[in-house]
Amino acid sequence: MSDNSLRLVWVYPDLLSTYGDQGNALVVERRARQRGLDVQRVDVRSDQPIPTSGDIYLIGGGEDRPQRLAAERLLRDGGLERAVSNGAIVFSVCAGYQILGNEFVNDMGERQEGLGLLDVVTVRGEGERCVGDVLADIDPRLNLPQLTGFENHQGVTHLGPTARPFARTRLGRGNGTGDGTEGAYNDTVFGTYMHGPVMARNPQIADLLLKLALDVNALPPIDDRWYEALRAERISAATQPA
Amino acid sequence: MAGNTEPLSPRAKLAVTAGKAAAAVSRAAGRGSGSVIGGKVALKLDPDLLGALAQHLDVVLVSATNGKTTTTRLIAEALRASGPVVSNALGANMPAGITSALAGGSDAKYGVIEVDEKYLAGVARDVTPKVIALLNLSRDQLDRAAETRMLAEKWREGLQGSKAVIVANCDDPLIVWSASSSQNVVWVAAGQEWKDDAWSCPSCGGVMQRPGDDWFCGECGFRRPTPSWVLSGDHVLDPHGSAWPIHLQLPGRANKANAATSAAVAAVFGVPPQVALERMYQVQAVAGRYDVVSFQGRELRLLLAKNPAGWLETFSLIDGPPAPVILSVNARGADGTDTSWLWDVDYPRLAGHPIFVIGDRKLDLAVRLEVAGLDFRVCETLDEAVQLAPPGQIELIANYTAFQDVRRRVGN
Ligand SMILES: [Zn+2]
Repeated sequence: MSDNSLRLVWVYPDLLSTYGDQGNALVVERRARQRGLDVQRVDVRSDQPIPTSGDIYLIGGGEDRPQRLAAERLLRDGGLERAVSNGAIVFSVCAGYQILGNEFVNDMGERQEGLGLLDVVTVRGEGERCVGDVLADIDPRLNLPQLTGFENHQGVTHLGPTARPFARTRLGRGNGTGDGTEGAYNDTVFGTYMHGPVMARNPQIADLLLKLALDVNALPPIDDRWYEALRAERISAATQPA
Repeated sequence: MAGNTEPLSPRAKLAVTAGKAAAAVSRAAGRGSGSVIGGKVALKLDPDLLGALAQHLDVVLVSATNGKTTTTRLIAEALRASGPVVSNALGANMPAGITSALAGGSDAKYGVIEVDEKYLAGVARDVTPKVIALLNLSRDQLDRAAETRMLAEKWREGLQGSKAVIVANCDDPLIVWSASSSQNVVWVAAGQEWKDDAWSCPSCGGVMQRPGDDWFCGECGFRRPTPSWVLSGDHVLDPHGSAWPIHLQLPGRANKANAATSAAVAAVFGVPPQVALERMYQVQAVAGRYDVVSFQGRELRLLLAKNPAGWLETFSLIDGPPAPVILSVNARGADGTDTSWLWDVDYPRLAGHPIFVIGDRKLDLAVRLEVAGLDFRVCETLDEAVQLAPPGQIELIANYTAFQDVRRRVGN
């Protein structure tokens, strides 16, 4: 971070913003401003170069063809990999998460190379699409409260040795591998299947990204009344029998 | 082609009668109008019934993500200038509901039919329409609907080789992609505020360039066709360049667009624009939408918005601040159970309005509005929200089942 101004980069909204993913950018931006930070939000379309000097990069979910196009264009661009080697933080959702891995299956049913920023491989699930509310415990090292979210995907994501599961599911399918893992992370790169968007229900994730970007252990508290009310409602709705 | 000159086959007749009986039972049991259950029974007895019922009609199909119920109504009004019309006016837009509506109109000349997006290709095959009106396509019900672009692809395949005149909005790239496999297309510049589902070229995946009202793909040359009908402010320009004033009781730019498309459809049947547009003025409210009702001594305008594109058009028609606004959102089956679309709605446009939030998912909405930096009050009930609202006509915007809840509460 430079000059007290946080550079927030939203990657390819023209391709990867299908499930309200803009919400994550809005929540991070709002919570940074509430802490007195100056935020520069940069929305990068897929025909523009990815800036390499951002602090936080957000990537959303999308449909199958846009996902293929986004992976091709990101790989050709190379900016995101350079930003990560500069220490940038990346938070990705669903199709974006799959793209950050080593490999995924695209809309033509072919295996396609990802950016290799997370040690994961995604294949197409044979079973029913994973749709519905999710409840999960986030890796205790990250010191975050329970994860509540909404998933909607067909992919099954296998974690390699250098990726840690982001969370362990209590409810829902997460990575879809049947081992209870949900999402993955590695140093400063995070991936999850949670839509929602996930930060509306889990603002502490937005704060984690801010703390990593600012290199601090704590942030001034802000009024979380409505976030907490929504969290409580969704957690209770997910645990009650339908 | 006018009227039911040939009798229905005995099997089709039996199917219609059985369907009517089932609908009557359903009504008696207090389960709504019974049109859907009637249609289901009838279709089971004779799967070809839809085609048989449509055989004697000049059929117009209307499909879109937003505005299809209203446009169906406007076209029906316009065509009544030239003969009796049968229509699924209540919005039962899947094959069973359509069958049921057509079975009730044995003397009609025209069938004006709203069709759910997913069923358009199949219904178009069954009923051999004269005209198909395509208004817009955008994200809707993400937890279960097909991908928007895939839907456009399905339309494109389904309409290929159709003999119908396609009346289509040239300002929506996905609609143009859907219609461009057809031989006979009448392009209408009906506008579209929402652009976020068509930044990627439906043909080649290139990034779409959108200078002003124009659009084109820089990579493959797919581009906006030249329209023959144009919505221009409060007027519609016909193919001869004559401007006809649009006077509607229905509010908003989107309804002017619906009227422009409806005028183009009516013209295919020889109804002149001025006659069509005059008749459209008769339409006051459509299935409760746009109705102004009195409730607890206050005036409420009831507005339905089901998806980000619909909310955007709705924000542009409400009265400016300080008009109070009540927002209600549910996430039941008919709404889609995923509320993430709230983050694609441009709520900051409500700045300056006193805002009151109700509905099953009021807390999702509360977080959305808090992040937008807006002032709002969360209320338990419609009654509470109305009591707290400052003076003035209240604009009430709700999504599908929330809208039905409100209508029940206000007795509309
Ligand atoms: Zn193209």
